[in-house]
Amino acid sequence: MFRYLLEKEFKLIFRNKIFVAIIFVFPIMALILMPFAANFEIKHTRVTVIDNDHSSYSSQLINRISSNKYFQLSSISTNYSSAKDEIEKNDADVILTIDKDFEKNFINGKPTLPIISANAVNGMKGSIGAAYLMNCINEFLSDKKPSIAPIQSTYQLKVAENYLYNKTLNYKLFMVPALMVMLLTIICGFLPALNIVGEKENGTIEQINVTPISRFYFILSKLIPYWIIGTFVISIGFLVAWVLYGITPSGNILVCYLFSFVFILTVSGLGLILSNYAHTYHQAMFMMFFFLIILILMSGLFTPIRSMPEWTQWIAKVSPLRYYIEAMRAVYIKGSGVSNLIPQLTYLTSFAIIFNLIAVWSYRKKN
Amino acid sequence: MNPIIAKDIKRSYGKVEALKGISFEVSKGEIFGIIGPDGAGKTTLFRILSTLLLADSGEAKIDGFDVIKDYKAIRQIVGYMPGRFSLYQDLSVEENINFFAKLFNTSLKENYYLVEEIYRHIEPFKKRRAGALSGGMKQKLALSCALIHKPSVLFLDEPTTGVDPVSRKEFWHMLKMLKAQGITILVSTPYMDEASLCNRVALIQEGSFLDIDTPENIVNKFDQEIWSANSNNMPKLLIDLRNLKEIKSAFAFGDTNHITIDKETFNKEIIEEKLKSLGHKDIILKGIKPTIEDCFMELAKK
Repeated sequence: MFRYLLEKEFKLIFRNKIFVAIIFVFPIMALILMPFAANFEIKHTRVTVIDNDHSSYSSQLINRISSNKYFQLSSISTNYSSAKDEIEKNDADVILTIDKDFEKNFINGKPTLPIISANAVNGMKGSIGAAYLMNCINEFLSDKKPSIAPIQSTYQLKVAENYLYNKTLNYKLFMVPALMVMLLTIICGFLPALNIVGEKENGTIEQINVTPISRFYFILSKLIPYWIIGTFVISIGFLVAWVLYGITPSGNILVCYLFSFVFILTVSGLGLILSNYAHTYHQAMFMMFFFLIILILMSGLFTPIRSMPEWTQWIAKVSPLRYYIEAMRAVYIKGSGVSNLIPQLTYLTSFAIIFNLIAVWSYRKKN
Repeated sequence: MNPIIAKDIKRSYGKVEALKGISFEVSKGEIFGIIGPDGAGKTTLFRILSTLLLADSGEAKIDGFDVIKDYKAIRQIVGYMPGRFSLYQDLSVEENINFFAKLFNTSLKENYYLVEEIYRHIEPFKKRRAGALSGGMKQKLALSCALIHKPSVLFLDEPTTGVDPVSRKEFWHMLKMLKAQGITILVSTPYMDEASLCNRVALIQEGSFLDIDTPENIVNKFDQEIWSANSNNMPKLLIDLRNLKEIKSAFAFGDTNHITIDKETFNKEIIEEKLKSLGHKDIILKGIKPTIEDCFMELAKK
């Protein structure tokens, strides 16, 4: 009997063309687009220069800046107000003002500060762009006259970096495992919930309810296809990450699958809770949209949890996405094994149990 | 024991009392009609009897099984067709019926004889998706699916709402055939003209039964005299009739107005005169035989 329920479920899923597209095209598109779009490296900062000195040093400095891949010389302005116009027209991000006696003072050993004014509408772009520019100027000055101290500080401190685990600071290595979490949340958490709400809205659930099929098998028949599809999709994800970005887990891929499986159970439970409260597709969609945004923002996917205020860190503690992302990143980047990830596994397992219990309880209450 | 027994069933949604104590019994092989307007409580009653909803109080038995304790047994032996088409629109005709057959561990082949008369009509379209069927064909498919596991009791909640007159007629013809096979049928409808096709009917309004009897008896019991009234200005006529003291009630009824009269004071000529003086022309007053709808209107007034 159960076999026929499953058979029906698969038929309906694959008959819905948009659904098939969502399940298969969406993950691949996400993996192809997201690592490039969700990129926090600041490149191509547009600089407009006000050169009041017109000396050989100042033109060398301008050359140095424009040849750097992080900057783009957008224009040379004659005065500050025209430079500011450039910023207001959004043709430039940073203004560099070079003092009238830049070369002369420099040679005399009393360098004057070039002034950097950055557009901070996008705070991160402004501050990082300005800092890069500062570095660039410092390098230029120390090349010119190694004896001279950099503008910023009296003592030059040379720091040698040694990045552990992700040696080349490859941003994609950080993003790709985290993207899998979004895919699983949508495919295994929200799609089955939407499917159940759809049956409610179409009334087909009534027709099933008067048959001897128990509610438990009915729900299981909704979940299992998505569990299978979810597992399939993350496998595609692992493959795409390897083929496209050359990213493979440093640890054992089976650990990834283990965490994925526990995570799937967790989000399925969450989806079922939503499906108990939503009566229509619209309600379900909006509830999911709300939860997805909150869960993702609180998961440390884009921004580190530790830099949040303390009260949001507490909220982040109950985001199951967080533990899955941590585990996936650890396996991919650090090569952690299960023994290193016991806390994450414990949290996820507890969430899986709690969510599914709440799902059962809220279902009982509603009926 | 009668296959459907309901005793004092009550059910409220918040403050709204949907059913205010409904009791009735249906005997084997009977077509029992629940007739009443939208919102009278028909669907609530059906959902309680088909184990989809719990009553606040009262008890109900289907084929001797209690709707609460033995709901699992009941689900094996009843067929339910909700008012709204609720089969899988993305599955084909054939897939739908096979699916529901398999849920009961049977197959279309095994029980073909049961649904043949009905399924025959839609079999040429068996590869078509259920969502693409016409209203009448959808009803036939839904009835086939409700029948495929050989139920002994059939619940049909407004099966003919939104179906064209020809299909409606066919549908009732099919119900008669099912009755001949000994299946007990509980059917609800807002159409009064379908009442005469049932063996017995219950008139329901605002959660209470007004009367339970055969359609003939309900009409025979009607102790009022019914007249039809027409004139050149029908809407005004209805208002004017209601203001005349010789007339107890007046209702619009299709292209005419039906009135019940006070036998003591009513006089056709006087009424015609009065209406003329109110500006009506082409006045026609005729004594007629009451219909179920007249009875319903009269009972609903009380």
